[in-house]
Amino acid sequence: MSKKKGSTVFLENKPRILETASIAGQKESEGPLGCYFDCVITDGRFNEKSWEKAESKMQRQAVGILLEKTKKANSDIDFIFGGDLLNQCVGTSFGLLDYSIPFFGLYGACSTFCEGLCLSAMAVDGGFAHNVIAVTSSHFCSSERQFRFPLEYGGQRTPSAQWTVTASGAAMVCADEGNFAITAITPGKIVDKGIKDANNMGAAMAPAAVDTLIKHFTDRQIDENYYDLVITGDLGVVGSSIVSEQLENAGLVLGNRYTDCGKEIFDIEKQDVHAGGSGCGCCASVFSGYIFKKMQEGNLNKVLVCATGALMSTTSTFQGDSIPGVAHAVAVERI
Amino acid sequence: MMYLKAFIVGGTLCAIGQILIDKTKLTPARILVSYVVAGVILGFFGVYDKLIDFAGAGASVPLTGFGNTLANGVKEAIAKDGLTGIFTGGLTASAGGIGAAIFFGLIASVFGRSSEK
Amino acid sequence: MNNHEYKKYAQQKVSPSPMGKNLFFAFLIGGLICTLGQALLDLFSFWGFEKKICFTLTSITLVFLSALATGIGKYDDLAKYAGAGTLVPITGFANAVVSPAIEFKDEGFVMGVGANMFKIAGPVIAYGVSASIVGGIITYVISIL
Repeated sequence: MSKKKGSTVFLENKPRILETASIAGQKESEGPLGCYFDCVITDGRFNEKSWEKAESKMQRQAVGILLEKTKKANSDIDFIFGGDLLNQCVGTSFGLLDYSIPFFGLYGACSTFCEGLCLSAMAVDGGFAHNVIAVTSSHFCSSERQFRFPLEYGGQRTPSAQWTVTASGAAMVCADEGNFAITAITPGKIVDKGIKDANNMGAAMAPAAVDTLIKHFTDRQIDENYYDLVITGDLGVVGSSIVSEQLENAGLVLGNRYTDCGKEIFDIEKQDVHAGGSGCGCCASVFSGYIFKKMQEGNLNKVLVCATGALMSTTSTFQGDSIPGVAHAVAVERI
Repeated sequence: MMYLKAFIVGGTLCAIGQILIDKTKLTPARILVSYVVAGVILGFFGVYDKLIDFAGAGASVPLTGFGNTLANGVKEAIAKDGLTGIFTGGLTASAGGIGAAIFFGLIASVFGRSSEK
Repeated sequence: MNNHEYKKYAQQKVSPSPMGKNLFFAFLIGGLICTLGQALLDLFSFWGFEKKICFTLTSITLVFLSALATGIGKYDDLAKYAGAGTLVPITGFANAVVSPAIEFKDEGFVMGVGANMFKIAGPVIAYGVSASIVGGIITYVISIL
């Protein structure tokens, strides 16, 4: 019997998320979710020589905390699925080098965390692995110099611009330990509605999230009350308002059961982040830091995480291409 | 009086740039290029010097003034050296600002480091 | 919803730039930088420099001040409010040269600092100088006719 129905993969063997680990920067720690992160780096350079090295160290530390929490050795881990926003994912490559764990490098832009969870869940469900780690990171400073301008350049941000989150999140997916199962995943397709403004990524990615979420609810034949919380990755204020409106038009009225990590991680007004947070680390740290802890505390039982990614590069932007989006949904439920 | 004129003319040139940023799809780099080229054109027609006479630094400090310096430099160099002046005039006249930016940039990069925002 | 409709729809969701506030600060701070320039101009001419030299010295001083502000990480804080007010004056040009110089130090002094210095400000020089050469050719042709 096929495990896939429509676009959704049903994981009958119930791979579990055993534990999560999160690490965040100073600005993130000053936000509303600041107290939930396992570790805060007060110096953005993390005592390293470059922003890129700091990002690698952040990811290395997130995996370190995860191994410590789960009391597992490197050799217990079958695979690690990881990625970041830097060119050729060097943040992850250098960050995970010393662990000597078989590694799959992913690039799904900011959707990478859910992409990693999807692949981890399938690897475990298929019996190919016992313990798998999904990890991602992003760093404001390394992203800024790669995608936008030097940090000291005097530019003005537009109201729809988003602030790249400095954070890393890691999750351990196991075959038979833990109380929270990944029950279904809906990998998204690439959706492009022709948005070209790199300062409005939320609007560029929102159609992908809408597409994936509608497919997920249809394939599972569940209604809007099924999940305690549906949370998208980094759509921010603009993108998330588009998603909730479009879902309503499609008959899914989630109301305050729906929110977005990019909206939650910062105090939008006080922290001057315009449309909210973005970056791989946004969804990863909010899920690993905040949501999973709320699940462990028993405040949330069924959560759908849908990380969204903007699949552009500086080259494609300069050449005038539009910004395609992708969104992967992962259902996590208490068992 | 000159200070008020410098303030108003300089401020207005900047405010026009702000309108271009907020109301058009022009990126800051394109706006700066337009300003310089506009300054060069107005400089060749001798119009911009009149604005500098009126507003002093209010007209010379914005990048249109930089374009005007290029144009005047070329005009003077042609008068002095003929044909080669076409190529040498612009950079010669603007060498002060460009040279300073390069040198101070290098110095700043030796001592400075970009800071976390 | 086709792409065109979606673009319009998405645009409605974006709160517009605070035009009034932006214009005010651009005018104010841009104007103040020019007023400072005027003060420098007067100072140099008071010290007895020739008019043309005064303009050059003013540019150099403003470039220095901008490089200093950029180096200590303050120019971008001002630019957040000033927008075009710190972009259009020559201090903005200096900031565009100095900020990548500092940023790409990690890639070394030759291929990092040296090669990236004109990453943002390069177009200004490329098009400014080219425009002046085109103007020069026209002026020259007219003069020999």
